[in-house]
Amino acid sequence: MESAHVDDIKKSVRKYIMVFAALMALTVITVAISYLHLGVKAAIAVAMVVATIKGTLVATYFMHLIDERKAIYWTLILTVIFFIVLMVLPVSMHLDRLVQ
Amino acid sequence: MNIPYTSSARPDTGLYNAKLGIWMFLASEVMLFGALFSTYVLLRVNASVWPHGYEFLNIPLATINTVILISSSVTMVMSWAALMMKQFTKYKLYMGLTILCALAFLVIKYFEYSHEFVEGRFPDTNTYLAIYFTMTGLHGLHILGGIVVNAYLWGPGSKMWQTDPVRFTNRVEVAGLYWHFVDLVWIFLFPVLYLL
Amino acid sequence: MSDETSLPGKAGKHSSQKQVEGVGVGTHAHVHHEEHHHELSFWRHYVFSTDHKVIGIQYGITSLLFLLFGFTLMMIMRWQLAYPGEAIPWIGSWLGPDRAPEGIMLPEFYNQLGAMHGTIMVFLGVVPLAVGAFGNYVMPLQIGTIDMAFPKLNMMSYWVFFMGGVIMLVSFFLPGGAANSGWTSYAPLSVIATTGQTAWLFGMVFLITSSLLGSVNFIVTIIQLRTNGLTFMRMPFFVWAQFVTSFLLLLAFPPLEAAGVLQLMDRLAGTSFFMPSGLVVSGVPLTNAGGGSPLLWQHLFWFLAHPEVYVLILPAMGIVGEILANNTRKPLWGYKSMVWAIIFLGFMSFVVWAHHMFMTGMGTVISAFFQTTTMIISIPSIVILTAFFLSLWGGSIRYTTPMLFALAFLPMFGIGGLTGLPLGLAPPDIHLHDTYYVIGHFHYVVAPGTLMALFGGIYYWYPKVTGRKMSDVLGKLHFWGSFVFLNGVFMPMFIQGLAGVSRRLYDGGAQYAHAQDVLWWNEFMSISAWCLGLAQIPFIINFFWSIKRGEKVGDNPWEATTLDMAATTSPPLAHGNFVQIPEVHRGPYEYSVPGAKRDFIPQHERG
Repeated sequence: MESAHVDDIKKSVRKYIMVFAALMALTVITVAISYLHLGVKAAIAVAMVVATIKGTLVATYFMHLIDERKAIYWTLILTVIFFIVLMVLPVSMHLDRLVQ
Repeated sequence: MNIPYTSSARPDTGLYNAKLGIWMFLASEVMLFGALFSTYVLLRVNASVWPHGYEFLNIPLATINTVILISSSVTMVMSWAALMMKQFTKYKLYMGLTILCALAFLVIKYFEYSHEFVEGRFPDTNTYLAIYFTMTGLHGLHILGGIVVNAYLWGPGSKMWQTDPVRFTNRVEVAGLYWHFVDLVWIFLFPVLYLL
Repeated sequence: MSDETSLPGKAGKHSSQKQVEGVGVGTHAHVHHEEHHHELSFWRHYVFSTDHKVIGIQYGITSLLFLLFGFTLMMIMRWQLAYPGEAIPWIGSWLGPDRAPEGIMLPEFYNQLGAMHGTIMVFLGVVPLAVGAFGNYVMPLQIGTIDMAFPKLNMMSYWVFFMGGVIMLVSFFLPGGAANSGWTSYAPLSVIATTGQTAWLFGMVFLITSSLLGSVNFIVTIIQLRTNGLTFMRMPFFVWAQFVTSFLLLLAFPPLEAAGVLQLMDRLAGTSFFMPSGLVVSGVPLTNAGGGSPLLWQHLFWFLAHPEVYVLILPAMGIVGEILANNTRKPLWGYKSMVWAIIFLGFMSFVVWAHHMFMTGMGTVISAFFQTTTMIISIPSIVILTAFFLSLWGGSIRYTTPMLFALAFLPMFGIGGLTGLPLGLAPPDIHLHDTYYVIGHFHYVVAPGTLMALFGGIYYWYPKVTGRKMSDVLGKLHFWGSFVFLNGVFMPMFIQGLAGVSRRLYDGGAQYAHAQDVLWWNEFMSISAWCLGLAQIPFIINFFWSIKRGEKVGDNPWEATTLDMAATTSPPLAHGNFVQIPEVHRGPYEYSVPGAKRDFIPQHERG
């Protein structure tokens, strides 16, 4: 039981190294793309997609959300909903004016 | 009498108190930084001209800082894994590295700031620099807080490993969750403030 | 299998389920602490205590003092409204030439009174009383645990709150006085205001931090420390109310903290987050970089402040639920629907905030969205209120003092809620916005509503805290006085508001032609307010007198079913609350169960 457990941790350590490599690669990619000077919209889209992938990797593996408990999932879902509300609604109030 | 579930998990939730606590705290932190990102978006869509960070900020330096912070996240999670495998010396090593990385991050940030100040770019110069300094400043304070906690867990706090290894491992895990979150915020701050 | 359970030094099984043993089956380090508890010094016992009951009492007394102080500010303000330009009697000469030369209130001072009345009542009065005091004291008892999950954090939460309060008080003595841009601190006015505003922002950062620490503690305590058998659907309604409230505090407060930091940057570092370009103040163009958005402040402020309304009202509903069930000797009608209603209410409270901003020129689509959500959020409130009213049906009601307050809450909150509906729709809001109607509306929710419930709560739990009952005669005197005069203060505000009198006038509207017909109400409201002050005297006397002289009561003075009343002594044990941690075998309100030998069965009673 105890030894199997240590094996689990060793497996996770290998995962951490892989995630680390992925994060490094994505950092290089995001910087490299920024030097291409795409249009503003494309640049924002690409940068946000890359950042979201990186963030997800950190949350999933380093913060081991991948095998977390229900109570934490529920709270985070709630938080994400309100986070989206906070990001979307204020700016949407100005959209009418900006479009005109 | 002791508070239940300070180190063992409550059976029906599968969590010990501090772990749930830190996630709640991080939820509030998401909303804190969320408000700042929302501010950024609102200011930017309302602005007629928006200065681009990459025109004057030092991208290579910031990239190095990103690499440093991500590395510190890895060493942090390795330090916890070391404790899980009961390798205390390894824990000390990895935790020490985490703290060093964090300090390096702040030193680089200091050079970045002073460069801006020398060039005459201050928070009151325009709204872009205002949000740049506010967000990176607040993030820097979070780094500082993390250093204090991690230094405690590396130094005097690590005595608990002898008396209560489970609880100590939990503490490192909780500090790690916070630290990864600080890293996660930077992962978004970096492109938003420097690259776009 | 969780990672933790197979760690060294840990007994992997949790079969015993005894709360007290939950911690350290394998960790003996803490066991010895128990003996030391009895030797706590005075300071650790009464001042820097980590015991939830002591912290609850600290919160209670501090917040009651702040309520009195905030109310006093208003009583001074009402003089100027009733008799504009006349010297304030008695205390006028004490206020000094900066505030009231020769006793006549300056407009600047009037603004300080208004801003600080709102701030103090909301952030230093009602919230700490409803959440800090009642939540801290009662919630752990009701869920059958020995303390909060993080006792040290709990202590810190109180002292950070206390610091915030001190900063707010000290700000009155700064040059230019306290904050004077309204409790909402709208930019750009607040950014160019006197130093008091900086103090206000620092104070708020402290208060917000305190609330965050508290809410984390509450949530973890409720999820983790419920005693055996206390499933979520067996929790007393009060605990549910505190639970939802904590989530509101946790997720809604940080944006205001961010906004506070941004406004501090605007004031101290000269940034322009909330400062638009081209602003001219007193004929002088400002030198700010500009480009900021005053509306941004409103968004971030109301993102907190609307959920904050529910932070005020939900604990009050929780208290009313407890008192109603206990005094009708019936289960709460529709307990489950009420629980779902309160969860839904909490959720919806995050997506209605812009109904405070209909006048800011937002687009019609987004305005329709917020009008819709605002109408939707009234549904769960009505579900809860209806369930309360139906709970009275067919009950053999005991008209105790707490019950009178709880009964008064129902119509008062009803008035407050219903008068809010026109404000939630943009067309009538255009007429009513910024008039006394708005003041009347939210005060009905908070003062005759929430405060009545909180007073009820004090009368209800006082015997548990002190072992003695408060005097019924004085209590009823307090109740009737408060009930009559609260309505005397706030009902005329609807009349004035419908006539179009603005809420922000130093002379109460005397200079406006359209206000002349309703101007006489100002004096009526002011006299009501002062009489309301007199009506609190029986309460203050009662509060102190009963500590030593009140009628002694048994352990379960109200014959209640919940653990806080039924399973503890009065007062509960100083350390650990319970002689033995109770297990829960039934729902929270088993009153008048057919066939039972008594008309109540406590939650921890078997069989």
